[in-house]
Amino acid sequence: MNVTFTAEDLEFRAEVRKYFETEFPQDILDMQNKSIPLSREDVVRWHKHIYEKGWAAANWPTEYGGTGWTPVQKYIFADEQARANAPVFLTFGVGMVGPVIYTYGSEEQKQRFLPDILEFNTWWCQGYSESGAGSDLASLKTRAELNGDHYVVNGSKTWNTLGHFADWIFCLVRTNTDVARRQEGISFVLIDMKQPGVTIKPIVLLDGEPEVNEIFFDNVKVPLENLVGEEGKGWTYGKVLLQHERTGSAQVARSKYSLQRLRKLANESIDGGTRLADDRIFMRKVAAAEVELKALEYTELRTLASISSGKAPGPESSILKIAGTDLIQRIDSLYLEASGYYALPYVREQYVLDFPAEDYVGEGTETISALTYFNHRKHTIFAGSNEIQKNIIAKHVLGL
Amino acid sequence: MDFELNEIQTMLADSIEKFIVNDYDFETRQKYAGNDLGYSKDVWQTFAELGWTAVPFSEDDGGFDGGPVEMMVVMERLGRGLVVEPYLANVVLAGGVLKRAAGEKQKADWLQAMMAGELQTTVAFVERQARYEVNNVATTATKDGDSWVINGAKGYVLNGDNAELLIIPARTSGEQNDRDGITLFGVAANSDGVAIRGYETVDGNRAAEISLKNVSVSADHVIGEVGEGYAALSGAISDATLAVCAEAVGIMTAMTEKTIEYAKSRVQFGVPISSFQALQHRMVEMYTACEQSRSLMMWAAMAIADDNEDSARAIHSLKYQIGVAGTRVGEEAVQIHGGMGVVWDLDVPHYFKRLTAINILFGNADWHLDQLATASGS
Repeated sequence: MNVTFTAEDLEFRAEVRKYFETEFPQDILDMQNKSIPLSREDVVRWHKHIYEKGWAAANWPTEYGGTGWTPVQKYIFADEQARANAPVFLTFGVGMVGPVIYTYGSEEQKQRFLPDILEFNTWWCQGYSESGAGSDLASLKTRAELNGDHYVVNGSKTWNTLGHFADWIFCLVRTNTDVARRQEGISFVLIDMKQPGVTIKPIVLLDGEPEVNEIFFDNVKVPLENLVGEEGKGWTYGKVLLQHERTGSAQVARSKYSLQRLRKLANESIDGGTRLADDRIFMRKVAAAEVELKALEYTELRTLASISSGKAPGPESSILKIAGTDLIQRIDSLYLEASGYYALPYVREQYVLDFPAEDYVGEGTETISALTYFNHRKHTIFAGSNEIQKNIIAKHVLGL
Repeated sequence: MDFELNEIQTMLADSIEKFIVNDYDFETRQKYAGNDLGYSKDVWQTFAELGWTAVPFSEDDGGFDGGPVEMMVVMERLGRGLVVEPYLANVVLAGGVLKRAAGEKQKADWLQAMMAGELQTTVAFVERQARYEVNNVATTATKDGDSWVINGAKGYVLNGDNAELLIIPARTSGEQNDRDGITLFGVAANSDGVAIRGYETVDGNRAAEISLKNVSVSADHVIGEVGEGYAALSGAISDATLAVCAEAVGIMTAMTEKTIEYAKSRVQFGVPISSFQALQHRMVEMYTACEQSRSLMMWAAMAIADDNEDSARAIHSLKYQIGVAGTRVGEEAVQIHGGMGVVWDLDVPHYFKRLTAINILFGNADWHLDQLATASGS
């Protein structure tokens, strides 16, 4: 039993660290550190930068342009990415639709879509939830009817993240209503967003940001060649994709560095005020979150170690999403608490690069803390709410 | 990176598991806990013969050369079996002090005899006023010619009324809370001036209140250097903290499994109660608590084995986690067992009582969290 890294692993870590410290677009890191939202162009630019480095797709097989990294290397990369406070990958292309296409798609689909996903030439978004189908995803109603060489799609999708930037959307649609199990009539289709009949309506979230959308399909024509795999098998493909989404959603490395920064913050005094580090009750909460983090870190390492030795991830991996997102929210609430009154000013306009320092309200990212706390309520809701995760563990791990 | 046990560790684990399954079912455990000694001498002899009492000692000392991982392996399994034999007091605590500080003759007389199952021992690390601070020592020892004279009182001495050798921390210099100035003495339990009031503890073990009045101890019974006993004492307490945490992980895992099994078989409203979502989610939380605790236990064992800068933090983190998660798992297991959870004759409530004791032993969750909160940085 040991957790030592090999010499090769350490060399790899040094290489990744050097990349983020010297090669990765430093203005993006600067914006990250100042909590400045990235524009569509910024996001495309940094993804392409990582693509040029050859590191765009850690999870993909090498034949499609994946990195071929070991699980430990993937862990190290995620750790260094978080250490640099570099942005999180947009998951919809490389993380989600890519694996479905190379696993279930046709040769033609692979050639047509994968290179652009890898290179970030196309921005993908996800069409799963509907207003009547959230946790109960299989009750989805968006209809795709076959008409010669194409489907005609009618219906709507919701909670669509960053769809206003997207070129393409992958959707679960109902191709058959006459089935024994609701799951059976669902298919996985790829839809070009830039065509008649697709309209997009922003949903403003509690932090004031239009991060998600409703998307309406009104007699949208989808060529049959955009059906992935077999008609009626979309549920199976979609579930595989959700597993990809869940393993990434623990964000252990992010939480680790976020807590380290919080410790640092607690040791600083603002304008001669009392240091939070001297507030025993607050520091106890920080310490408790650090214990939670360590447990999570080692649960993740146990999972990685089983995968590395060629085994399926153990049952402990199933708790990562729940424990990881709980911790994210706990850390957010600590930042909120640390900011005191200065969590409350709602001054989004100061989060731009050239904002005059003399007009800036609060220190550092204090005034972003409440907004982050609000925004991150989503973590325990998306990718299968944590209650759904518990249902899954109850059934598949505990056999209840 | 590897979280598997090696071949020797696996053999050790298997042999203890086999013993628990074949020779130590719950009824047997209750019988041993209920007799006058509070454990079985035969079972203790078996432990010695199988080498389990020698696990954490070096080969030079006649031991198995095991480290924290081996201790974790042993204790997790003893936890599952809810074993009452005084392994913690003898092997982990007294052994932990002796292996660190004892001289050659003391090792021969005491450590070897303990390993052979021939000498019952303990460390009296609690004083009434000290709560969880082992450096808070009011018991004094003063030099009297070639001897020392000890006066004071020790509380909650594990295995205290069975022990033939008492390891007594006493203050030979300094203030009551100083780490310096604590000296460890090997005191025969039958010495003049030693009064022992033994009792059962709620978790089926035994302990004692011990008063020491003008107890004369010869100078060659000082363990280690005069005034420098704290290092060996706190080292043994640290070993013992990891040990009871591993024991707790064994107990928590057993309780979770038993709760799931019970919920599947218990029928109410015409269905197994395991079909109720309100209970399913709570069992998932029990399971999560076990796995997160296991992860921290592995971290702590490895950190201590490597003796790296994390080891103190690891112990505090683990004990805090076990205090919180163990209490949670214990209380939930009782609740989901319903009336069966509060019946003396069932095993679950006894597991619960042991978890409750473990939370208190060597500092409860709040105490350890406080150590982490006041430590500078992570």
